[in-house]
Amino acid sequence: MTVFIESSNIISSLGFTTKENYKNVCSGVSGLKRYVDSPFSDVPLQASIIDQDRLQLESAELTVNKGYTKFEQICILSVFKALQNSAVDIKSPRTILILSTTKGNIELLADAGAFSPDRVYLWKAANVIAGFFAASNTPLIVSNACISGLSAMLLAKRLIASKKYDHAVVVGADVISKFIVSGFQSFMSLSPLPCKPFDEKRDGLSLGEAAATVVISNKSAQSFTEIVNGSINNDANHISGPSRTGEGLLAAISHTLGGEGVDLISAHGTATPYNDNMEAVAISRAGLNQTPVNSLKGYFGHTLGAAGLLESIISIEAMKNNTIIKTMGFDTIGVTEPITIVNITSHQNINSVLKLASGFGGCNAAVLLKKI
Amino acid sequence: MDVFKHIEIKEGSIYEDGVQIESFTDTDDFSAFAKYLYKQLEITYPKFYKMSNMSKLGFLATEFLLQNFEISDDEKCRVALALACKSSSLNTDTEYQKSIADVPSPALFVYTLPNIVTGEICIRNGFKGEEIMLVQEKFDREFMFQYAQILFDEGHTNLCVTGFIDYDENNIYFASLFLISNK
Repeated sequence: MTVFIESSNIISSLGFTTKENYKNVCSGVSGLKRYVDSPFSDVPLQASIIDQDRLQLESAELTVNKGYTKFEQICILSVFKALQNSAVDIKSPRTILILSTTKGNIELLADAGAFSPDRVYLWKAANVIAGFFAASNTPLIVSNACISGLSAMLLAKRLIASKKYDHAVVVGADVISKFIVSGFQSFMSLSPLPCKPFDEKRDGLSLGEAAATVVISNKSAQSFTEIVNGSINNDANHISGPSRTGEGLLAAISHTLGGEGVDLISAHGTATPYNDNMEAVAISRAGLNQTPVNSLKGYFGHTLGAAGLLESIISIEAMKNNTIIKTMGFDTIGVTEPITIVNITSHQNINSVLKLASGFGGCNAAVLLKKI
Repeated sequence: MDVFKHIEIKEGSIYEDGVQIESFTDTDDFSAFAKYLYKQLEITYPKFYKMSNMSKLGFLATEFLLQNFEISDDEKCRVALALACKSSSLNTDTEYQKSIADVPSPALFVYTLPNIVTGEICIRNGFKGEEIMLVQEKFDREFMFQYAQILFDEGHTNLCVTGFIDYDENNIYFASLFLISNK
């Protein structure tokens, strides 16, 4: 059965709609800024952070400005906006809501304030979000490190293809917190400058926060994108470092493409030395050296549980507009394999995009999206 | 679908297909119970001692689940892990949160993701197949089995370890794992 992406939304530092985000990316605008006095860090922090005033304003319109955490607010706003452009009914028993996140309301662990401390449980936060929309089904939650977003999209595709549901609303989100920032700092993974994916001078990632939603359906009322296939594979190598041979990612790419080519690869491209090199090795081993590869982390930072969805949405817009988006922050190739990193935004016919992601725990995911 | 074995760990006991195989008197002391089960396995795997409680729980449950079950190297890329939990990594999250004020610990931070237990099981057994970590308020066995069937039907999976691994911030633990195949 063919499974379609009906509509989408992104809430990030670059805007509150898919269109606004895409327009900014095409104009070469990055959401990354240097925060000197950040509540999340003792040292200056490069991050992509959602405009708080605008969030409050838009939240007030939906009356989610009080009684909801920031994480819940951005999820609710994003789902609401994605559904506005879609015929899918979130209240239907044939629709499933899927939440993708790594840390949800984790900042409540330090100080729950007026919120009930159990909101830190991901199932509780998901129930709050589902409750706002009066969804019929208990929401599903995927928490699989940095591949959560792609895993959630693939889960939706699989559940619809096997006829368990007809539609899925998949929202991925994470918000920046001291918990997350200090953790990446403890790993020495954050760059002091905006991240430089695949570049010879890359020295770490930049964090971002976002909510991204895709509405997925077995009908193609207004869709121009099909979720063709996908695969998840573990490296079985190390819990905090990727496999040097790209084993798991190569398996995910091979299963997903099944020997076929693809017009564009939207890589995970976090700009850590190990991740980008591992991806280059896997892409090269898959025989895709000539295929254009980009990373969107230079625009949004690494948005964790939102990343796979957010980057898929931008890639879908790019496919619709036959545009290949440049890798912001990239200048000179700095990976061991000769792969083709996109360094100029240009118009080119693209009919398919392979989206990749990898994360802690040795997990790797690939999803193939096609224009219809 | 064939269920080869079911392992459950809770309240100081471990059950194989519903039959208690080991029990421990101090049900509140998970660390001592975990160490006891590890010794019963008669294995040498020093990484075990560095793991979070959730990872230890999942590791022990899969060790008992896969005991005397041979999986060839070719088959290892066709083993899926479809897991769920209730509390995510909150037990370690709470510990890591305390370390932030002092020196944030990378050794703790890496375990603040629920899918690290999946990684530990894959490393131990060389499994390179599908994986997913879901969060459920209550273990939904029926859903997990349905998902495993979808994976079998896609054709890249022959065996699946599926079930629930939960270790909460009050040290209440529960693991219920099934080894299933499509045959």
